[in-house]
Formats: sequence, structure tokens, C-alpha cells
Amino acid sequence: MAEGRRTRPDRAGGNGCHPRPEDHRDRGGKAAQRHAARPGEGLRAEPRERIRVITEAAGAAAPYGRRVVPVIQTQSLTMRYPATLALDALTVDVEPGVIGLVGANGAGKSTLIKILLGLLQPTAGSVRVLGLDPARDAEAIRARVGYMPEHNCLPPDMVAAEFVTHMAKMSGLPRAAARERASEALRHVGLYEERYRQIGGYSTGMRQRVALAQALVHDPDLLLLDEPTNGLDPAGRDAMLGLIERIGADFGMSVVVCSHLLGEVERICESLVAIDSGRLLRADRVESMTRRRDVLVVEVDEGVEQLAAHLRERGVAVHRSGRELLVPLDDDDTFDLIVGAVAALGLPLHRLGQRRHGIVELFADGSADRAAEYAEEAGRGID
Amino acid sequence: MASTDGAVSAGVIHDIGYQRYAGPRLGRRHVVTALYLHSLRTAFGLGRSAVAKIFPGIVVGLAFVVAVVLVAVRSRAGGVIPYTYLQFIDGLGIPLIVFLAVIAPELVSRDLRSRVLPLYFSRPLRRSDYALAKLAATISAVWLLLAGPLLLIFLGGAFSRSGGASAVWREFTDFLGGLGYAAITAVVLGAFAVPLASLASRRAIAAVVIVVAFAATAPVIGVIEAVGGTTAQQLGPLVNPATLLTGLETWIYRDDKLAIGPYGPLYLVVAVALVTACVAATVARYRKVTV
Repeated sequence: MAEGRRTRPDRAGGNGCHPRPEDHRDRGGKAAQRHAARPGEGLRAEPRERIRVITEAAGAAAPYGRRVVPVIQTQSLTMRYPATLALDALTVDVEPGVIGLVGANGAGKSTLIKILLGLLQPTAGSVRVLGLDPARDAEAIRARVGYMPEHNCLPPDMVAAEFVTHMAKMSGLPRAAARERASEALRHVGLYEERYRQIGGYSTGMRQRVALAQALVHDPDLLLLDEPTNGLDPAGRDAMLGLIERIGADFGMSVVVCSHLLGEVERICESLVAIDSGRLLRADRVESMTRRRDVLVVEVDEGVEQLAAHLRERGVAVHRSGRELLVPLDDDDTFDLIVGAVAALGLPLHRLGQRRHGIVELFADGSADRAAEYAEEAGRGID
Repeated sequence: MASTDGAVSAGVIHDIGYQRYAGPRLGRRHVVTALYLHSLRTAFGLGRSAVAKIFPGIVVGLAFVVAVVLVAVRSRAGGVIPYTYLQFIDGLGIPLIVFLAVIAPELVSRDLRSRVLPLYFSRPLRRSDYALAKLAATISAVWLLLAGPLLLIFLGGAFSRSGGASAVWREFTDFLGGLGYAAITAVVLGAFAVPLASLASRRAIAAVVIVVAFAATAPVIGVIEAVGGTTAQQLGPLVNPATLLTGLETWIYRDDKLAIGPYGPLYLVVAVALVTACVAATVARYRKVTV
């Protein structure tokens, strides 16, 4: 994965959840900048900005720490269909940001989303969305949430601009504002030029963009995207993921992205909720899932055995793995030791870096097969 | 992700220029009204492709042609011909059924077919709101289809009729009676057609279902008329929405279109029951529909 990103370990965070300033995922600085740049902004935007700043601050101190208002909270949420148990006592808190909801097909992702929208009534347990209860305040929630279903949901014989305008009105926007926001939303998803064409003539990628545009046309606080990359080719998939990442970073919305492809949500999400057969596998921030393990990977173009022997002589427990040597990282001297050994032997050093936990390992307990499946799919990209 | 990797955040924000929406957010009533108006426009093919305008256009054109002919004939005859507003509506029976077979699937089945309902139901309106807005739009469309030509007939009649202000006033009250009957017709036929259309997601099938539902009971009435006793003949028209309407008209406007005997109030009760049942069925249908 991201080995060799640095030559020296930054161990200040200790728990592996320290901020990574070079990473585009870290948006504390960005949010703070915006906060400062637009101090007198409208009332609606203000609290959200604050939440985001707190998230980042809290994220630095205590990664999965409190004090942040969760966008989604479930408590022993259970959904039983006549034949199956779709959700089995699911308890999870989801903080603002871009959140990946991963699980195999039939894991209960869509069921969860429909419960969040108040479209389904759970069999048992409680749920809160943006601090509201879908059973009682479904309309208030739906006014503040945007939803993109997993299947094609667009009338083919309508013009995209008309359709998105209509959907904006259905979210309570006045006519003029609806028209304006529809144009804007279509521009943001990259369909400005084509917006006066009938949806029936669009490609799958364009249709997915229209579906996304209608979900964010009313400027929701939370976007629920159910398999937004469904049926897209690799380029379309990348474009869609980039778009979602930008929405999370620049539009100030929280986004829940459902996917059965771990690899793609891992790229754009800040935190991850993994469910399997309606049960929570794990929920955590992505960086703590992919935290550095205290192992150094050394790769030399030749003389692997030589180097291993050299290091063992100096009391280092070297483990060979193919062409790589894995060295436990005890302290900073380990680096010097390895570099010294390589120099002494005159070997061509190819790589020296820290190994990260693969995110796939979160499925390690008993779900190894499924994890392998995910990894395979993620690696393959698509079809 | 190369585009965002390491990009300076401020530049990206500037390029995208996303503006939060701080304007008003209107409530459920506004949303339902907007859906109703949108559906009403859709019924006549407004804001739709040229193809979608063909059928509503033909029916509307036909209704106006009949009205124009009527105005012309009446003006030549000095305004005294027995063809009234009510008869105009009755005369449009089959075009009305065709109109319903076109617009009800257009308003209802199309949304089912394109699976757009989850988008509605994930917005601040209830399932029953959707059902009622669609019903109201269908009923209004039928009423407008009738009211336009009726207005034309009234204007024609008012200008051609001799007899001064009192004659014009009589014409006007007749016109209001015609609008009232148009409303009754629209409510009964519209409410009957929408739940039928909501059963099928293909427009063609929904249209056939509607036409068959209207036509299927006609032979029954024929048989009853042929072999039944007086009472059976007086009650027979109840089984078909179209003849039910004629019976209702006979009772309310005291003309002699149908021999309904003393059963006028029963026609009203059946009509109200039919409409109530159809509305309930539509609402129940959308409560059940999976999204």
C-alpha cells in the first residue's frame, strides 16, 4: 500500500491516529480556512462548519473521540423481514465526514439507508439521523437528507434540467431557487452543457450524475449514496469517486457511501462502517484501520540473504518474505542499523519503509474469505 | 484521485464555487401543490416531448371542435336548440375514457416504471400525499378538458341568444350547471381510473386495463335491460361508472336520460362510495409499494 512514504517514522501520535498533514484526507486546515474566510455566513452553515472543525480537532486528540454530534446513531437496530434478518442488533455511531458503509450484497446496507430515511420501520431498536428520530420526524429528516438509490431511478423521457428542478421543488425549494439550484447541481456534477437533453439519451455515467445532482440539489446536510458507482466503467468510477470526495471536502456535507467494494470507499472515506449479515463488523476511522504496524520493509535488488545474515549477526530478528525483508521497528536506531548494513555491503537499496495494516484485515476475524473477495474485487477495479 | 491529491484547498474551493442554500424551505403543503401542478401540466403534455402531447392534444382538439360546431349550429338556430351543456358532456363519453386511459398511466404508471418513487418518498412528502396529488391532478385535468369547451359554448350562446339579460342569465346558470356536472364526471371517472393505472407499470397495459374496466360492464347493462324487470332496469346502470354518472345526472338535473325510477339517491350513494373506495385504494396502493 503506502509503504515508503516517509523514511523516518513519525511516532508522535503513538496510536497511529495522528494527523497526516500531507494527506488530502486531512481537512482540518481546509475547514478552518473556510471558517475564517466566511465568518458572517448564513446561520445554517455555521454550526456545521463548527462541527467539522471540532471533528478534526477531536480526531487529532482522540480519534474516535466524543463531543462530536453523530450524524447517524443506531442502537440495537434490528430489521426482520419474513424470510431474513436484514439487520441484527446494529449499534453504531457515525460522525460527520465521508463515511463508507461497506458490506457484501445483502449485508443490510440498503435496508439501513431506508430506515434512516424513514422509508422502513425497524422491527426493534432505535435510530437517530442528524439528531432526529425517523419514526417521528421523517419529514424533517428528509428535508435535510439527499438520497441516491442504487438502481436507475430517472424518467428517460424528461430533460435533466427539468427533472432536477422538479426534484428541488419536491424538497421544498421555491420555483426560482429550484431552477437555479438545479443548474448549479448539474454543473457541479459536470453536466452543465448537456443539461437540456433528455435523460433517456444519457450514458450510464451521466445518469448516475443526474441521480447525484437530484440528491444534492436542495443542499442537504447528509447525503446517502447507495452504490453510486454501480455499473460504471473504471474511468466513470474514478470520476464518480472524485466527485463524492469533493462533495465531502468542499460542499461541507456529510456523505455516506454504500459499496460492496472496499477498495473504492477506502480511497475517499474518512471513516468506515463495515457490516456483514446485518451485524457490525467494525466502525472506525480509516487511518486507524490502516495504521502503521511497527515493521520495516526492506527491499534490495540483490543480496537479500547477505543482508539478512548481516542483520541477524547484529541481533535483529529479520523475517524474509519473498524479496522483502521484514524488520521489527524497535526504535529509530533500527533505521540507522539497516542503512549502515546496506551501505557496508554495498547493496542497491530499492525500498525502505513502514508497512501498514491493509484495511482488508478488519475482516480478519472469521470473515477471511469475504475479505479476500473484497480485496480481489477492489484490486480488479471492475468487471 | 490525482486531481485532489496535494492540491491546495483554497483553489479547489474557488473553482467549484459551491454555495450553500440559505433561502426558504417550504413545507409539505407547498411540495404537494408543486407535485399537483407538475402532474396537471404533464397530463396535457406540457413540459414534455412532442410525442407526449399528441394524445392529449387530439382529445382536447376534439372537444373544442364539438363545442365550435355546437356554437355554430346554435347561433344559426337562434340559440334555441335542445342540445345542452349536460348533453355535451355525455356526448364526450368515449373521448373522455380515451383521455383517462392516456393521462392516468402517464401520471401514475410512468413513475412506477422509471422507479422514481424512491426519490419522492425520500423527500418531505408522504406516500398518501403523492397518491392524492396524482388523483387531484387527474380529476382536474378531466374537468379542465370539459370546462374549456363549456366556456366556449357559453360565450357563443350568450352572444347569439336573443332575449336580453334574462336570457343570458339563464344561459349562465345552465353553464354553471354544466361545470358542476363536469366536476362530478371528473371526480367519478378520474378516481376510478387512477387506482387501475397504479396497478401496472407499463403505460400500454394500464391504458388497456382502464378501457376494459369501463367497457366490461357495458354488456352487463345491456343484458339487464333486455331480460330484467323494471327494478333491474332501473338499477342496472349502477354497475358502470359511465352509466352511473348518467343516472346521477338524471336525478340531480331532473331530466329523463335514464329510467332510474325512485332510486336517484341510491345513485348518489353508490357514486360517493365508489369514489371513496377508489381514493382509499390508491392511498393503500402507495402505502404498499416497495421503494
